[in-house]
Amino acid sequence: MTKWDGKLHKIDTYRWEISPDYKPGMRVPGIVYASDAMMENIKEDQSLEQVANVAFLPGIMKYSLAMPDIHWGYGFPIGGVAATRVSDGVVSPGGVGYDINCGVRLLRTNLTEDEVRPRIKELINHIFHNVPSGLGSEGKIIVSEKDLNHLMVEGAQWAIKKGYGYAEDLDATEETGCLQGADPNAVSAKAIKRGMPQAGTLGSGNHFLEIQIVKEIYDQAAAQIMGIGFPGQVLVLIHTGSRGFGHQVCSDYLRVMEIATTKYGIHLPDKQLACTPIQSDEGKKYLAAMACAANYAWANRQCIAHWIRESFVMIFKKSAENLGMVQVYDVAHNIAKLETHHVDGKAVAVCVHRKGATRAFPAFHEAVSGMYKSIGQPVLIPGDMGRVSYVALGTEKALAETFGSTCHGAGRLQSRGAAKRSRRGSDIAHNLEARGITIKTGDVAALAEEASEAYKDISEVIEVADRSGISKKIIMAAPIGVIKG
Amino acid sequence: METPFKIIDHTADIGIAVNGATLQQLFENAAIGLFNLIIDSSTLEDYTEYPISISSTNRESLLIDWLNELIYVYEVEHIVFKRFTITIFSDTHLESLCFGDFLDNKRHLIKREVKAATYHMLSITNDSDGFHATIIFDI
Repeated sequence: MTKWDGKLHKIDTYRWEISPDYKPGMRVPGIVYASDAMMENIKEDQSLEQVANVAFLPGIMKYSLAMPDIHWGYGFPIGGVAATRVSDGVVSPGGVGYDINCGVRLLRTNLTEDEVRPRIKELINHIFHNVPSGLGSEGKIIVSEKDLNHLMVEGAQWAIKKGYGYAEDLDATEETGCLQGADPNAVSAKAIKRGMPQAGTLGSGNHFLEIQIVKEIYDQAAAQIMGIGFPGQVLVLIHTGSRGFGHQVCSDYLRVMEIATTKYGIHLPDKQLACTPIQSDEGKKYLAAMACAANYAWANRQCIAHWIRESFVMIFKKSAENLGMVQVYDVAHNIAKLETHHVDGKAVAVCVHRKGATRAFPAFHEAVSGMYKSIGQPVLIPGDMGRVSYVALGTEKALAETFGSTCHGAGRLQSRGAAKRSRRGSDIAHNLEARGITIKTGDVAALAEEASEAYKDISEVIEVADRSGISKKIIMAAPIGVIKG
Repeated sequence: METPFKIIDHTADIGIAVNGATLQQLFENAAIGLFNLIIDSSTLEDYTEYPISISSTNRESLLIDWLNELIYVYEVEHIVFKRFTITIFSDTHLESLCFGDFLDNKRHLIKREVKAATYHMLSITNDSDGFHATIIFDI
């Protein structure tokens, strides 16, 4: 792969600027959050070129941003954030990605490592059978076309009405698990057909479930509000998205955008950035279809959380209430949201594209409610499979600098092919077991593609996010059990 | 004759570099390459016949639409394809007969889930050896 050799200006310890002079057509500078050491790796591929390309989008405000987990995507870099003015800016499906509302949900429990570790194999096996996962997995819930119409509009609320979880879960979910503006008429028959059998499935690839142990607490008071009180406490993390439904919505609208880009005379350096004015018919329809896919993903994580609670109840013979299985939070990290932000002292309606980036709103923001009002929105940042994960909080600085956004994970360092060539899936499984991590997967060979060494060190990513102030780290947790789809 | 396709690396995803003596053959080989990413093709039979016709705005989009249609049929109908015959072909339209096998987890080894064919790095070129394309898939 060609190394990126453009010019970067170091603004401060963790911020780098790509000047709008770098490429004619850039409307704003690019800003990348990274340490010196990370920047050397980032330059190895073309992700910085993608930061510059995103700056071409009509109506983009302030900067084309990249979070510290930046890596090479298609169109947008993964870790990319771009806010476009709603009045005259564009929306780009490439700024959301194929897995619309891929995201993370975290549950806490009252259980301790000592109580769970002796039964971890049994627990993981039970969850593996209770939560459909793996390549082309299909769900155990029968969703009719009529059901799907409700699911697309209501999101996690649909699942709760069907008995999967509690109303309180919604208070601890971004957008209360239901993005407004969803219109099933904007969704193709193909997406519906792909979506019906896959509701309530984990899928495969980088999607996983983890049973984790709290290792470090950096802010006891904030952790307490999240229901996390002591090292050794058991947590459950769910990482999945909108499955084939979201992939089809993205594919369908990239075709629409290809035509719209020409129709509206938009000049772009990369076809994968295809976009349309937010106010155009095509833009409104995409946002309506994207909201359906976002809601599909929230319903999906809601069902999965329910089956995980069921498995804990079966194994530990206590009710979910007695086990204290309360949802800490649920975040989206592939999404475009209509939000109001202050730009040059004025409130502006913008469409914030977060492609592998997480919303990170501070305390007392109107979108942060309930128990989090006083501390800010929890940000869930999973590491790669088998390494540590973090819980952070949104900050005022994120709101001021990154349209209220921070990183979403570790970010890949190595291609899947390279990862697979340099190690075997079965060795990875043995290594994890040797480190006291029980792993269950339907596809051992594919484990190699998700090996830890294929990813950046999550702790380095978190340090940059924390020290640069775009989120505040609160908790670190490590897995003792993993289910990989 | 150059190899019909080879797998190429991309940090987050995976791609194929495809060759064909004609544009039509390039499209057929791209489809073979796609299913090689999804499944161990040596385990496949080809007794199921499925017609696919696609219209698009230009040949690059036609290629992406063709591959995405195959991903869709695979996911919804559970047919894994092994062989492709494109019967009618222009830059904006194709008609094909696709031959494959109903997915059977007992006989087949699935390698990975492919979400979609992307426009990223997409190019179709031709020289004295024929036609060449690079396609990156989101996985």
